[in-house]
Amino acid sequence: MNEIQILLVEDNEGDILLTLEAFKEIKVKNTITVVKDGEEAIDFLKRQGQYTDSILPHLILLDINMPKINGIEVLEFIKKDEKLKRIPVVMLTTSSSEADIAECYEKSANCFITKPLDFGKFLNVVEAIETFWFSVAQLPKKAS
Amino acid sequence: MNEVHILLVEDNEGDIILTEEAFKDMKLENKISIVRDGEEALRFLKKEGEHAAVTTPQLILMDINLPGLDGKELLDIIKKDEELKEIPVVMLTSSAADEDISECYDKHVNWYITKPIDYDKYTKVMHEIEAFYVSFVPYPKSGR
Repeated sequence: MNEIQILLVEDNEGDILLTLEAFKEIKVKNTITVVKDGEEAIDFLKRQGQYTDSILPHLILLDINMPKINGIEVLEFIKKDEKLKRIPVVMLTTSSSEADIAECYEKSANCFITKPLDFGKFLNVVEAIETFWFSVAQLPKKAS
Repeated sequence: MNEVHILLVEDNEGDIILTEEAFKDMKLENKISIVRDGEEALRFLKKEGEHAAVTTPQLILMDINLPGLDGKELLDIIKKDEELKEIPVVMLTSSAADEDISECYDKHVNWYITKPIDYDKYTKVMHEIEAFYVSFVPYPKSGR
């Protein structure tokens, strides 16, 4: 597979750095675009506002707790949009609440991953995402 | 982690045996229930008829080509059903056609995996499903 484009929707600067560092370590060539709240995520995916030139990602990593529009609302927006709904969404969040997990699966998240606080463990999670999403599973061809 | 209950929807006997063998070798304690067509899968998930006493699976592995109701139709029914849509579904199929992949993601499949024909590769894919299953959070967490 060629370079994978990932959209990271995350407001916490520390988590952003951690994720960028971890994805630098993996074998698959990837580009990560970061947006910091739900509203920006929707603008990016709909190519509106400051993002009229954006390229749709192969995979979306989505945090739940964010300012303005939260991750669950963004998930719902994506999975109800005819063009966007096929993009796999990985909920990557510090939450491990049963209510959040249930709601995300009900709203068609592709998977829910609780983000470990420890960098070593976080690296393992990112490696698992790499193996699973970029080598075992087939990603859909991108909608243009 | 407790025992994971997996529902395999597959009509090909060879593939059933291969899957059972692969899961026997796993560290993750698991129980596999097998149904051989889409209608039976629905009866199992709805706990009807001969399947009145089953527990809800935590993961569904399904083939696309099934007699009667095919895998895509079954996926669509599951992901539109309020009670069932939270169960992660892995489409495990010999098809690598872009249309099949996109259609399944549009219908909210959690992962689409092309089934390797080679036994060793098949076992490896099953183990990667296991590894990933351990790092993500499935819902429901325990069978009901």
